Amino acid sequence: MEQKNNTLLIYTLLYFAFLYIPVLFLPIFSFNDANYMSFPLSGFTTEHYEEMWSKTNLHKALWASVKVGVVASVVSTTIALFAAKAFARYKFRGQNISYGAIMIPFLIPEIILAVAILVIWLSLGFKLGLVPVTLGHILFCTPFAMLILIARIEGFDFSLEEASRDLGENAWGTFYRVSLPLYLPGIIAALLLSFIISFDEFVLAFFLTGSDATLPMYMWAQMRFIQKLPHVLALGAVIIVFTTFIVLLAFWLRNLGQGKEKVEFGIKIHE
Amino acid sequence: MNDSFIQINRISKHFGNVKAVDDVSFQIKEGEFFSLLGPSGCGKTTLLRLLAGFEYPTNGNLLLDGIDITALPPDKRPTNMVFQNYAIFPHINVEKNVQFGLRKLGLTSDEISKRVKDVLSLVKLEGYEERFSSQLSGGQRQRVALARALVRQPKVLLLDEPLGALDKKLRDEMQLELRTLQKEIGITFVFVTHDQQEAISMSDRVAVMSEGKIQQMSSPNELYKNPQNIFVSDFIGETNFLKAKTESKDGEYINVNIENLGQFKVKNSLNISENSSDVICSVRPETMMIDVEKSDWDICLEATIKQTSYLGEMTKFYVETKEIEKVITVSSQYFDNQSFKENKCFISINLNDISLLNKK
Repeated sequence: MEQKNNTLLIYTLLYFAFLYIPVLFLPIFSFNDANYMSFPLSGFTTEHYEEMWSKTNLHKALWASVKVGVVASVVSTTIALFAAKAFARYKFRGQNISYGAIMIPFLIPEIILAVAILVIWLSLGFKLGLVPVTLGHILFCTPFAMLILIARIEGFDFSLEEASRDLGENAWGTFYRVSLPLYLPGIIAALLLSFIISFDEFVLAFFLTGSDATLPMYMWAQMRFIQKLPHVLALGAVIIVFTTFIVLLAFWLRNLGQGKEKVEFGIKIHE
Repeated sequence: MNDSFIQINRISKHFGNVKAVDDVSFQIKEGEFFSLLGPSGCGKTTLLRLLAGFEYPTNGNLLLDGIDITALPPDKRPTNMVFQNYAIFPHINVEKNVQFGLRKLGLTSDEISKRVKDVLSLVKLEGYEERFSSQLSGGQRQRVALARALVRQPKVLLLDEPLGALDKKLRDEMQLELRTLQKEIGITFVFVTHDQQEAISMSDRVAVMSEGKIQQMSSPNELYKNPQNIFVSDFIGETNFLKAKTESKDGEYINVNIENLGQFKVKNSLNISENSSDVICSVRPETMMIDVEKSDWDICLEATIKQTSYLGEMTKFYVETKEIEKVITVSSQYFDNQSFKENKCFISINLNDISLLNKK
């Protein structure tokens, strides 16, 4: 037994090493006083971060990504909420097919999705820019948001909604006073994850942005010039920290109030 | 009191091909404790949900206190429901749960707090205002559900198997309490249960349902003593069925020829006039006597004990006679299976205890 546990431990450590060491190089080199990514490290500096912050193009790209991310996450979470509720609550004709149809963007290669949107968008005579990127991101984020929300809404005790109707609330009052507060952790988790997916997304943005770069597009453009690498590293490090924080927050929210009592979950304000 | 406070007129509810409720009509009196009793899938819960407004009937209409409520949504009906799993809102405390339904009644905040205080004292939950559902026992949740519904002072309280999740001891207590409460506040209760003992012990009247239809509707006593068909007789307590053919009518009595036993004169509870129709004679186990010796009762048969089960306050005997394949009878402490040599015994029946049932 002892032997087996050690093997598993070594495997686990190797796994995480493989997963995270390359990522950890980014923050390390972002503080290195050199233009190249190579050992030995030549000294500590924060000048790459200062340089990063002085780029106005970066500000523009950041703002573009935030705009796209906010719109895409709000729209896809709203669509996903209604869909998740329908899937979890009702049995209807064509349920499996429509579920599959929503999930497909999740499964087909992103580049195919990107090319398809590009072709249609241009043939309709529209201009490339942040609008088609946002639409693509909505398509891409909706299945993620729906998976999170279905997990939250499944096992929800729908007699709570009936009780609310019975106690004199109409459909909207019931949604506002009962369903929404109980779904809220799931909704916030879906918003945060959709935002991060949109914020980090590259392929759709690459095909559809035209001249308005998003943050990943900006990074990709900068990487072609070796002297610009360090501040891209700094930017990468910031994005890693930010993304990790948001994802952990989303998972914590998603599990909030679940676990011990599957049937009666909710926001436990009293604990 | 209004005898037709709730009018159920030719109500049907179909789900696809399934007739959950099949052309049912009856009336419930004002202030009555009325139970819908039946096995699972008999349509009792669907009927309750039709009254609450969670389902709409395929056919027929519903009147409450003279007003047609058939098409009203749940929030517009003067009914409130106690759910099977209580459905206490988990994100707000007991006090807020109870207040939930008062928002739209246009009460002042003084009136609201008075109503909440009064109803919590009625269900003996003072001091629990700040608790959340997860901090309450099953019995306490039940009281919250009751308080939340009663605080709106509904014309009718609908209860969907509210005692099903409680343990036996607590269930017995709550049965008594619910009954007392109902008499005290005088609100009409419509109570759904699959537990015949529960229905019989609490209700003024019981409707026994099966396959979407009402099989019998009467007082609990009448239901037990005079079941109208085999289903009701079998569902309300245990009984023995004997096949028989009717012969000549004799005033309030009728001669019947019971298979393998011969001719007897029994009460004609079905008011049958024609000869030689097939009927069933029902004999309740507790009306029979089991003894080591022959008795002078109307019918006395020699029997062999096949099986016994000890129930504490009594022992149940499964016996066989030459004439009847399987008979169930019970005896109080006086006899147990040690009392009989080689499993031989005598079982006796009085003709007064035989009731006639339609063969269906």
